[in-house]
Amino acid sequence: MKSRTIKVDYLARVEGEGALYVRIKGDRVVDVKLKIFEPPRFFEAFLRGRHYDEVSDITARICGICPIAYQMSAVHAIEDAFEVKVDGQLRALRRLIYCGEWIGSHALHIFLLHAPDFLGYDDVVGMAKDHPEIVQRGLQLKKAGNEIMALIGGREIHPINVRVGGFYKTPSKREFEPLRESLARARDEAIEIVRWTATLPFPDFEQDYEFVALRHQDEYPFNEGRIVSNKGLDITSFEYDDHFTEVHVKHSNALHCILKERGAYAVGPLARFNLNFDKLSPLARHEAHKAGLNEVCRNPFQSIIVRSVEVLYAFDEALRLIDEYEVPDRPAVAITPRAATGYACTEAPRGLLYHRYQIDDQGRILDARIVPPTSQNQKTIENDLWGLVPQHLNLSNTDLTSRCEQSIRNYDPCISCATHFLKLDIERE
Amino acid sequence: MPTTLIIGVGNPYRGDDGVGLVIARRLKEGLGNGVTVLEQSGEGTALLEAWRGIQSVFIIDAVKSGAYSGTIHRFDARDEPLPGQFFGQSTHAFGVGEAIEVARALGELPPRILVYGIEGKNFRPSTELSPEVFKAVDEVVTRIQAEVFDDK
Repeated sequence: MKSRTIKVDYLARVEGEGALYVRIKGDRVVDVKLKIFEPPRFFEAFLRGRHYDEVSDITARICGICPIAYQMSAVHAIEDAFEVKVDGQLRALRRLIYCGEWIGSHALHIFLLHAPDFLGYDDVVGMAKDHPEIVQRGLQLKKAGNEIMALIGGREIHPINVRVGGFYKTPSKREFEPLRESLARARDEAIEIVRWTATLPFPDFEQDYEFVALRHQDEYPFNEGRIVSNKGLDITSFEYDDHFTEVHVKHSNALHCILKERGAYAVGPLARFNLNFDKLSPLARHEAHKAGLNEVCRNPFQSIIVRSVEVLYAFDEALRLIDEYEVPDRPAVAITPRAATGYACTEAPRGLLYHRYQIDDQGRILDARIVPPTSQNQKTIENDLWGLVPQHLNLSNTDLTSRCEQSIRNYDPCISCATHFLKLDIERE
Repeated sequence: MPTTLIIGVGNPYRGDDGVGLVIARRLKEGLGNGVTVLEQSGEGTALLEAWRGIQSVFIIDAVKSGAYSGTIHRFDARDEPLPGQFFGQSTHAFGVGEAIEVARALGELPPRILVYGIEGKNFRPSTELSPEVFKAVDEVVTRIQAEVFDDK
């Protein structure tokens, strides 16, 4: 029987280092391994013994692309332990800075990392020569997201203004004026982007996924909500450890997170969209429909359209929050440490991000647990390849390899986060 | 708008990867008007934004090419792309090399763009430079000061 192996020794256009190995025997896939060999980073161990007020600055260092997500899950988990509620304009500012991160992270992935797959380029450099206007647009959108991060976070990478209880400093209304203008322009651009992504060629591919995301009664989820799925899960962050477990697999330095009852599940833009379509702004819903999306999208390749819908939503939401902004009475609420364990999930650009902290009565961290979105998606990424490869056995090894890489990038994996880099191996027998 | 921009690139918590930042801090003193010094992580879109409209750009970053640690490499990015294997240390999928090539494709490469690469040895978690890399700091500072002075 004819066999072949497809190997990608170093997967490009993903954050971090990893490799893919696929072994095919005749017309059957016999092995798929997403190998993450970026060394473990031991952030959870670094946090032990640190003061609670240092956690948001330490965890922001886990990722240069989504530091806000780490800061938000950290502060919410610690506030849960201390029984502190942050609401009003401080809560709104946290939502606003998260909008900035979604825009920046999604724009980077849509234009610079994922679009070259759909347009047939090896990378964004080749794409920029033929489609300079697309790359320029992506850079402009990312810049608009960075402006939000810089204004509220103090700087766009590893922001320094987030703290337990709120912020160190809050912006004046006037500081938002120039930002509002640039966001309003960028929102118009974002509409064009949704329409453009809808014209890309999509492989016909769907699986029976369990999508997991936060759901909030009033809003598209960022910082708050119950953890729900399309297969009946409906729990609080406090119950996360009862339903999810991390397992070590030999071929990966990142733990695989699974649902104890049903195994693989998917988090990220597709999961959020499918579970919260009704909470999008009217403009985002309208454009999603025009782009051909129904209320449920099961084709992971169309995640590029869903990401652009989320970018549009984030601009819309950011403008709403700015219009309703009033300077809060104080930049942070008072905190009294107590011995307790706190739990929180927030929606990082790539999906659900769980933090748990056990803290002593002096406010020192005794134990920390962080489950990033990419850990949770690893098994689903492998499952997609198990399903996808048999449909494309007629492709040459080069084309099949490209299709596999594109499929992995559907999840925008952030391997640096999950290890706590990618190579591809397809073996045909 | 400054006419000369110096960008130190790196991660201060990854050993020799922080050398670009150390050199940038040294250069902040005494270069005079028209020169701005920035410290960045190496994320490509931020670089593209930083050098937009600037005449003369110097980028300082740690590299890993297999040369002796502390070796100083100098590339004129207007002449040719950076050698890919030198700047593969970023965990970012869009780093210094990619930013330069995208700028070239978009016709937005600054009129003058020089890249100083300092060969690193240790990229593991640490806030210290290796002794060999530390020794290169003075020479890079002196060379860039001279090039900036000549520009003026």
